[in-house]
Amino acid sequence: MKRRNFLKSAVGAAALGAPFVHEAAAQSTPTRNETLIVVQEYGPNSMDMQGIGSAQPVNGVSLNCYDTLIRFKRVPFGTDGTLTHDLKDYEPGLATSWQVASDGMSCTFKLRDDATFHSKKPVTAKDVKWSMDRAVSIGGFATTQMAAGSLEKPEQFVVVDDKTFRIDFVRKDKLTIPDLGVTIPFIFDSETAIANSGGDPWAKDYLKNNIAGSGAFKVESWKPGTETIYVRNDDWKCGPLPKLRRVITRDIPSPSTRRALIERGDADMSYGLPPKDFKDLAEGGKIRVAAVPVPNAVWYVALNSVNPPFNDVRLRQAVAWALPYEKIMSAAMFGRGVPMWGGPEKVEKIGWPVPFPYNTNMEKAKALVAAATSGAGISTSLVFDAGSGTIAEPFAVLVQESLAQIGIKLELNKVPGANFRGELNKKTAPMVINRFGGWLDWPDYFFFWNYHGKNSIFNVASYQNKEMDAFIDAARFTDDPATYEKNVRGFLQMAMTEVPMIPVCQPFHDVAMQKYIGGYVYWPSREPDFRFLTKNA
Amino acid sequence: MRAVLSRLAGALPTLCGVVLVTFLLTRVLPGDTATYFAGPTASAESIAQIRANLGLDLSLTEQFWRYIVALSHGDLGMSLTTGQPVLTELVNRLPASAELTLCGLFLAIGIAVPLGVLAAVKQGSLADHACRVLATAGVSLPVFFTGLLLVYVFYFVLGWVPAPLGRLDAFATAPPQVTGFYLIDSLLAGDLETFRAAGAQIILPAITLGFFALAPIARITRASMLAVLGSEFIRTARASGLASSTVILTYALRNALLPVVTVLGMVFSFLLGANVLVEKVFAWPGIGSYAVEALIASDYAPVQGFVLTMAILYVLLNLGIDLLNRAIDPRARRGA
Repeated sequence: MKRRNFLKSAVGAAALGAPFVHEAAAQSTPTRNETLIVVQEYGPNSMDMQGIGSAQPVNGVSLNCYDTLIRFKRVPFGTDGTLTHDLKDYEPGLATSWQVASDGMSCTFKLRDDATFHSKKPVTAKDVKWSMDRAVSIGGFATTQMAAGSLEKPEQFVVVDDKTFRIDFVRKDKLTIPDLGVTIPFIFDSETAIANSGGDPWAKDYLKNNIAGSGAFKVESWKPGTETIYVRNDDWKCGPLPKLRRVITRDIPSPSTRRALIERGDADMSYGLPPKDFKDLAEGGKIRVAAVPVPNAVWYVALNSVNPPFNDVRLRQAVAWALPYEKIMSAAMFGRGVPMWGGPEKVEKIGWPVPFPYNTNMEKAKALVAAATSGAGISTSLVFDAGSGTIAEPFAVLVQESLAQIGIKLELNKVPGANFRGELNKKTAPMVINRFGGWLDWPDYFFFWNYHGKNSIFNVASYQNKEMDAFIDAARFTDDPATYEKNVRGFLQMAMTEVPMIPVCQPFHDVAMQKYIGGYVYWPSREPDFRFLTKNA
Repeated sequence: MRAVLSRLAGALPTLCGVVLVTFLLTRVLPGDTATYFAGPTASAESIAQIRANLGLDLSLTEQFWRYIVALSHGDLGMSLTTGQPVLTELVNRLPASAELTLCGLFLAIGIAVPLGVLAAVKQGSLADHACRVLATAGVSLPVFFTGLLLVYVFYFVLGWVPAPLGRLDAFATAPPQVTGFYLIDSLLAGDLETFRAAGAQIILPAITLGFFALAPIARITRASMLAVLGSEFIRTARASGLASSTVILTYALRNALLPVVTVLGMVFSFLLGANVLVEKVFAWPGIGSYAVEALIASDYAPVQGFVLTMAILYVLLNLGIDLLNRAIDPRARRGA
């Protein structure tokens, strides 16, 4: 009986709805101008950026299919229409307003009234709490990134009422609010997730393969290793409705093919080309290359400051004077970066990265080597990641050539991508070429990872110095600008004299796109944001 | 039928060996899966957590036991690089590789066999030299080079073929899945437009592969034809006044085909695994590129699954070739 009723009403609804559905279908074929084609080396391996083992492109899923409480404000960069972001200035995401308490120990967020998830359920403070709890509990990268902003345990997240949410701080940390804008603390539809979780409290399997969010795009089809297709969520409330209605991202492993596709006009955007191709495209003038120096990031040479030979500061300085900076910039980076050598001896600019006071001066280098050794040559090795070989390999060869002239013989050790992290973790490599940049662009944040005695994997030089740690710790948790400046100046100056790592350049983040593409924004996660892109072909 | 079954039973120890060896080999390879997947700002704790999640902290025998138990349920494990079950991925990707390889192989046979026959019949002629040059060029040019060259000329400069975006261009939709071969599925669905689109996408990678496979097939055809043409029954046939075409095509070629078919089997299985580079250049979503990506990331499960699949394919292929040999040559039937 029930079934018959159901059938009857279903038939009725179908009959009534049919003409309307037909019209909607006709309207819903996005034109080519509303469709974007992006080619990239590899696509997402999960739909859940909080999940363990999520690769770099999953950040893009987080940006486009989910919302955060707040977003970084977009600001113009350069003159070609490229945008970047301001980590200290925010615009509403799912929260329309936020207020830090007068004691500075909590922040209260008012949620958007009309925001709904893709499932049509309203977004509530309960969903926000579940998502934040998940991020600090799930382990792996998500939990580490949350901890970077002193977001550490579920007790910090409080549901005040349906549309009000509060975060209690464990300590005053200037990185807490910025950390809410990155691609980790995004908001899940907790009811849908739990209903499909199969008993897992964090619904890891379900969310890995499904989107349960409120974001501007939904994933229409995901074929790992082949393509991901996004379609616009017409009910998106956290910003102006995106101009693009459909985005096709294809995984094209060969960079030559990716370049051919953008040059022939068959792709609108091409991600991750070798620097030489970006240089050619930028000079060619037919394609726009949006180049933003990656905030906080440098390519550097690290020298193990615990083990011989580079535990002798004179030898580290000798290497810093002997690096062929200009050649590396032109033959390895193809000019796609900002030089980080030849700076003033006394720290002038408070920030990171800043140019170090070294340049190529073989006489100074030789004198330092002579003072440190009794004329006997040094033999050691230089490790680099085969995965970034297009840059690191010519870089390494140039370093090898140059150091041979000051009596330091280098054996090059090219380590396959899968082993590189393991190699760094051993903390024994005497000399390493690497690149690092934190999402949260503060000098003390970079120094915490790279110079602090806690000896994280990114302190490649294994540098240990109590004085350095004191500067870093003081700078991280002070809210007095003068103290902050004094300590940043302190650790910058110390880094320049001690040189456990020698910065060479701040790389550009390059994206090649057709000239008719507008609204490109550079975010900390470096993934493309389709929400603000326009196409006027 | 009994022969088929006994052959299959004979393959079992081989497969067991393959399972054991791949398991051990992937563990012996340097590289730390947990560190790789822990992400850019991993702490020692998060790495340990991931290692425990993946079961990598267990002893080797325990890991092997888990692997065997899963395998007996048809579970090949999860890929970490794509985040999907290995079995699904292989099933999805195998048709792409097989379609490409078969197209390449047919192309190669279509050119190499007549060329080899011609070269054998007209030894020392222009055709013979052409055969030699083509075969030498085919093996000596690396496939990625041929592939990139073809892309450059026919896509980038001339614009004759569509963008090398994989099996279909971005705006086309895949035909309903029956065999997984787009060319066949689109015909079954009566969708000529998709057939044309799929055909246009496959032509360059198929030529690239076919060019590479040309050499062994052409050389073996030629050598085997020469041997047969020199034998007594051909002389008898000629002496009996049979037409030259009958002698060559009916008598000589059929007898010469035996080694050619054997080589075809080898070439096919070789191409299936070795077309990684072609798959990379043309963004072809096949199993070769899948396995290599996994290997680079120390992602064990897909590598094991890939090797196992290839081993099974080899066994089946050899069986098929044996059966085909029996059909072609009555002597092989008695010989068994």
